Amino acid sequence: MGGIDRKRVLERLIGFSLGFFALFVGFLFPFITLVVLVLESLPAIEKFGLLRFILGRTWDPVGEVFGALPALFGTILITFLASLIALPVSVGIAIFIAEICPRKLKPLFSTAVELLGAIPSIIYGMWGLFVIAPLMADYVEPFLQETLGRVPLVGRLFEGVPTGVDALTSSLVLSIMIIPFMSAIVKDSFEMTPLLLKEAGYGLGATKWEVISHVVIPYALPGIMGGLVLSVGRALGETMAVAFLTGNVHQIPTSLLDPLTTITVAIANEFTEADSDLYLSSLYYLALILFTLSFGLLILAKFLILERLRRRWSPKT
Amino acid sequence: MVTEDLKRNLARRKIMNFIMLFLSALTALYGLLWLFWILIDVVSNGIRYLNLDLILQDPTPPGVEGGGLRHAFVGHFIITTLATLIGVPIGVGAGLFFAEYGRHSRIVRYLRSVTDIIVSFPSIVVGTLVYALMVKPAGHFMGISGSVALALLMIPVIAITTDEILRLVPDSLREAGYALGAYRWQVIKDITIPAAKRGILTGVILGIARIAGETAPLLFTAFNSNFLSFNPLEAMASLTVTIFQYAMGPYKEWHGQAWAAAFVLTFGTLIFFITAKALVHGIRRYG
Repeated sequence: MGGIDRKRVLERLIGFSLGFFALFVGFLFPFITLVVLVLESLPAIEKFGLLRFILGRTWDPVGEVFGALPALFGTILITFLASLIALPVSVGIAIFIAEICPRKLKPLFSTAVELLGAIPSIIYGMWGLFVIAPLMADYVEPFLQETLGRVPLVGRLFEGVPTGVDALTSSLVLSIMIIPFMSAIVKDSFEMTPLLLKEAGYGLGATKWEVISHVVIPYALPGIMGGLVLSVGRALGETMAVAFLTGNVHQIPTSLLDPLTTITVAIANEFTEADSDLYLSSLYYLALILFTLSFGLLILAKFLILERLRRRWSPKT
Repeated sequence: MVTEDLKRNLARRKIMNFIMLFLSALTALYGLLWLFWILIDVVSNGIRYLNLDLILQDPTPPGVEGGGLRHAFVGHFIITTLATLIGVPIGVGAGLFFAEYGRHSRIVRYLRSVTDIIVSFPSIVVGTLVYALMVKPAGHFMGISGSVALALLMIPVIAITTDEILRLVPDSLREAGYALGAYRWQVIKDITIPAAKRGILTGVILGIARIAGETAPLLFTAFNSNFLSFNPLEAMASLTVTIFQYAMGPYKEWHGQAWAAAFVLTFGTLIFFITAKALVHGIRRYG
């Protein structure tokens, strides 16, 4: 009898501990993160409030005045530019892998693109600093100034001394990092297009591109949107790839060739140097904003777009 | 006249088709270009400083010839191993719960979705979290707190992969176990886990690949150190943070060693990743 009791106890025990692990990762972990971030940033929240912090333009550790606008603006600017570069490329790669590539080469290309995403971000950062930044400073940026810089209005975006350590280089390197992630999701949604729909297109005499643009892309549009938002959410929190390339200057850039900073870069560079409580607390406040932004975006992508799509793809399961 | 028009129309559509497909092939090349560019640079720059001293020697003061990164290799190994030891049981456990216990529960489905989201969590935020919870109360940086931060990043990855793999195990197998009067944990231990062994291993390897190259969560948890240390309660060097420090530093020697460390790190991570991919491929083929 003792044996059965022991087994019953084990049954309960194992069920509870596995349940606790699931609860931990799915709820407690993000919840504790939120609570800790709020608690740690309380001094800064009390001192500056929400609006004054978010809209504050000065970041002065000596005078103990902290405003998040430069870092916030930098984060959003770089993420936006990187997504702008990555979106068409990712859709192109997805089209190539899903529709054009010979079946035998498919795994090869998929894996190659995924490898791009598996390279540690510090490697991107270091390579960006030693290889891409000098190229940008010596060739690409002067060239852009010669050409686009002459165009009125647009030209103002290319003013300044080309150093290679600026918004343009950061966005470029960040875009390379998010391409694998974005193209994987877009590819998956392309491959969910029912064969029947595509064949109907071909049956009407459509060319491959017409089937892609009139059948596959409209069908996969929610998936593309979800992939985009998910990648943006991920790009926001990317640290090391841009840590070398922004210059960590707390200013709002007026040109693409200005150095700037992002939330992640500011935290990475200043966290261990923060010598006062308010300074550290302000950095936590930045982390809290980043957490809220990326968590919000990821939830949006997950629940509003991808879950709905999943339901459409697998009805009644 | 009408056929003329149709012909011209058809030609235009064919040209359009060709242009767009060509552009899409170009984007694929664009992606590959970056991959090979990075790998070639890492290899060509890294190989010059890659020698036994790099692994067997501790660093010399800047300006002095020679020296290596033994402390960082040892530290990286210890931090990653501890993280794996913490992260694997929790991650696999959570994945088991998602797949075995909570398949029909709404709450568990939400927990799973949130876990899926946390996979893309900003890793630097985890660093700040662990700093507040472990480093600040202890009063100094610790290798083990770096492991905890990495474990936190690894758990969701493992949980999601485990869950996905376990779903592939046919229910008839489980039902056979239940029909014999087995408890749930017996079914899990003797039927589900053996059937999904390879898939769970894949998840673990993917988890390790995810954290092996992480820098941001280590910056203010394990911090850095210039000395060899086996004590996870002290600040500890890691390859990634050392690369960060050396690449930012002003010395040529440092840059060279950073490239060599980058070489080891990149190919280490990629090998883990490819192993996981190959395992998944095997599962799809045989399972």
